[in-house]
Amino acid sequence: MIDKINKILLLLILSLATSFSINATTISPEVVEHGETVAEEELNVKELILGHLADSYEWHIWSSGEKHVAISLPVILYSKNSGWHFFSSSKLNHGKSSYKGFQIASEGKYKDKIVEIDGLGFENRPLDLSLTKNAASLIINSLILILIILGVARVLKRDPLKSHKGFAGLMEMFILMIEDEVVKTTVGKDYKRYSPYLLTVFFFIFINNLLGLIPFFPGGANVTGNIAVTMVLAIATFLMVNLTGSKAYYKEIFWPDVPTWLKVPFPLLPIIEFVGLFTKPFALMIRLFANIMAGHAIVLGLTSIVFVTVDLGPTINSSMTVVSVLFTVFINFVELLVAFIQAYVFTLLSAVFIGLARHDDSEIKKEMVKSKVN
Amino acid sequence: MELLSVLLQISDYIGTIGGAFGVAVSVIGAAFGISKIGKAAVDGIARQPEAGSDIRTTMIISAALIEGVALFAIVVSGFIL
Repeated sequence: MIDKINKILLLLILSLATSFSINATTISPEVVEHGETVAEEELNVKELILGHLADSYEWHIWSSGEKHVAISLPVILYSKNSGWHFFSSSKLNHGKSSYKGFQIASEGKYKDKIVEIDGLGFENRPLDLSLTKNAASLIINSLILILIILGVARVLKRDPLKSHKGFAGLMEMFILMIEDEVVKTTVGKDYKRYSPYLLTVFFFIFINNLLGLIPFFPGGANVTGNIAVTMVLAIATFLMVNLTGSKAYYKEIFWPDVPTWLKVPFPLLPIIEFVGLFTKPFALMIRLFANIMAGHAIVLGLTSIVFVTVDLGPTINSSMTVVSVLFTVFINFVELLVAFIQAYVFTLLSAVFIGLARHDDSEIKKEMVKSKVN
Repeated sequence: MELLSVLLQISDYIGTIGGAFGVAVSVIGAAFGISKIGKAAVDGIARQPEAGSDIRTTMIISAALIEGVALFAIVVSGFIL
């Protein structure tokens, strides 16, 4: 009896969620008094999606009709002609006005970035250290991550041997799972040296992916879907792998254990191995960037199906809205899984590369000699 | 003859058509590869249920790596489009 009531309640709530669409009506062009028609602005889906995926100088929170509420982030510029400038991005008014010779370029090489128009009319780009949406989101997400991890660490340090419950217990299990499965097995014997970096990378990517899926402030900025952010993470892995590589590792790259003709007149295999040093972090960068950006683009595209079908009549609009809501919920669940998997794969591959670099040939040779003797 | 004149009319958009084809073919390749991994994983778990969680982890990692390669193709096609 209770199960039946629960099932009926669940069905009611689900139908309520999709029924908010049914009172969408078409918006007909208004006729102004002196006979001119004011046409409704066309919805450009591609621009909408690209605008949400790209970085911007202000953080748009919501808009109701014509009113837009946005946080204008600070702009910090250094131009060779006029020195340092600090001002709020509201002075640039979404690219419509210019301030002290700076404006947001609307087309060309520096589209949507601040350029300085000098006396001759040429655009040149100053050194732009502004706190854009992605930079502000990085700071906010890092603060959230630090609060979570340090809070959990304090609770766990108070009583290390007790089995904790609640959020601290959950985080303990999570961290131990990553450390045991990923770090210990792949890095090898001196895993303790590398586990701070690897655990930080995992939780950083995971928190940024998760917060990118939340549509409202403070989440909603496309941080890990920005190739600059993933490039820095890949460079960090590259430095971590190569700065602490063992001699055997470098020997394998520049003078591998292969027939001499592959090495002597033209160093074919050393060149291939050297290029391989760079392609592995490059693959890490592209994998994370493309997965997260594609996920955000899919969610935005499915949501804009609702608005694209507005002109086609109320029945098509309401049915497409139901379809869109169900698909969007499903894709959001898939994106949650992808957020975890991408963080896990990045950390696992970084650990594998570090493990390969720390691989010590002399240990293996000792074992082989021992087994031959026995 | 008619085919040539039709092709002439769409010759402005061949880049876009090529980009769309690129995305579609790379998705087919990714789906093919990941389905083979899935089949092998299910077979392995059926033969030896105790190794279930190891096999599951390996399957997820291999699927993520293959998807990474497919997404390279999608990113490049996105530039072309």
